[in-house]
Amino acid sequence: MPVYSQTVMDHFMNPRNVGEIENADGVGEEGNPVCGDMMTFYIKVKDDRLEDVKFKTFGCGAAIAVSSMVSEMAKGKTLDEVMEITPQTVADKLEGLPKNKFHCSNLGAQALHKAIEDYRKKQKKGGK
Amino acid sequence: MTRVYLDNAATTPLLPEVREAMLPYLGEIFGNPSSLHDWGDGAREALDEARARVAGLIGGSPEEIIFTSCGTESNNFAVKGLAMAQPARGKHVVVSAIEHFSVLHSARTLEKWGFQVSEVPVDKYGLVDPAAVKKAIRPDTVLVSVMHANGEIGTIEPVKEIARITRELKIPFHTDAVATAGTIPVDVKELGVDALSLAGSQFYGPKGSGALWVKKGVRIMTLLDGGIQEGGRRGGTENVPAIVGLGKAAELAAARMDARIKQLTPLRDRLIRELPASIDHVIVTGHPRDRLPGNASFCVEFIEGESLLMLLNSRGIAVSSGSACTSRALKASHVLLALGLSHAIAQGSVLFTLGLETAAADIDYVLENMPPIVDRLRQMSPLYAKFTKSGKGGK
Repeated sequence: MPVYSQTVMDHFMNPRNVGEIENADGVGEEGNPVCGDMMTFYIKVKDDRLEDVKFKTFGCGAAIAVSSMVSEMAKGKTLDEVMEITPQTVADKLEGLPKNKFHCSNLGAQALHKAIEDYRKKQKKGGK
Repeated sequence: MTRVYLDNAATTPLLPEVREAMLPYLGEIFGNPSSLHDWGDGAREALDEARARVAGLIGGSPEEIIFTSCGTESNNFAVKGLAMAQPARGKHVVVSAIEHFSVLHSARTLEKWGFQVSEVPVDKYGLVDPAAVKKAIRPDTVLVSVMHANGEIGTIEPVKEIARITRELKIPFHTDAVATAGTIPVDVKELGVDALSLAGSQFYGPKGSGALWVKKGVRIMTLLDGGIQEGGRRGGTENVPAIVGLGKAAELAAARMDARIKQLTPLRDRLIRELPASIDHVIVTGHPRDRLPGNASFCVEFIEGESLLMLLNSRGIAVSSGSACTSRALKASHVLLALGLSHAIAQGSVLFTLGLETAAADIDYVLENMPPIVDRLRQMSPLYAKFTKSGKGGK
């Protein structure tokens, strides 16, 4: 049996929404190279919805597939809806992740949540 | 699709001649070598022949060969068996920091049994300093184990020089020659060691075959108690087909060694020279000169090894990696960290191990396919983005 599901392989081979957003409304980073994986998410917000999501990821196949899947799940959703995405819902959408990769590589949701927190913090400060 | 297998350190394919030699022992010649009738005789003769061939590969005597199930068993047997054989002398062993886990974890088990273990570090090329081994030795040292070469980085260790020290101090010296036996010349007398491990799956023999050579007169404790197979040192009915295959592979390796080395060395050198020339920020790991003929190992900065491995696989290229993400324990290779590399750099580990089937066209194929893959991963990498934005980045 292959280590990764077909959906993981698809998102790894053809990752969606790779890149950076210039003047992003929020940026969130999670992980570090010591544990293996590192992800940065960039968001553009319009009317409380994620108008655009992009990511950059350093890591294994699972980490790249997770980032891609999270970006796809989040695009167009309201911020509150995006905050409900969890590592488990991401893994389910990917038709499962190897047991040992569930925690270390499944950081996409957290990174994206951090980007939203970053955006909300900036809003509170009154800045745009 | 083009298929290029460059993971011969993981395992080599079985040579057709080896398979042919094994087949009768998976069929009509099924007897137990310990049996006294004709059926047993046939199996016993095959065992004797294989023992002579394996001994011939490493310059030992047939009666000094103990057949095992793999390199890991040979190393477990050597480390635990030699350390436990001299309880009156002491409970201290010396190993290098880059030993295979079958040596390091055996040493860890010895610690649970009340032993103390000294780990000798290596330099940035992975070389063990014989003087450091000498310094680590104590009056109660009962075993020194340093590998002949490291399969992950290819570095060949100064085993002969270490043996000079252990011989003078009369301390048993084991070397793990799994990466070298059948690949480069290995002569137990020339090396001056007391015990040596080898495995058939590394030189075109069957998986599940291995041997431990123990010099005559050196005491070793049995790990597998049972009958008096293997001179009473390892119980259990012998895996005759695997042993026959190991013997045949040993015979062929000895006969063809020079030709294999001549074939692999220029291909390896080309990969080591041209890969860093075609991709920026690639570090060659291991020793520049004293290295295994088929080993080309690198760390590619700003990317992670598993994703590189998977993309190379999608182009039909098989390699391995010492990155944390590639290991089931999710830990970066202890060998790469022992060289002083950072976790981030070790994450970009990629290991090419060339073999009999490797041709110049395979190296061309790698050199053509790898740069765009690395570029694709770097375009995705936040570490690379940070690096280029910091102004230090080249193209």
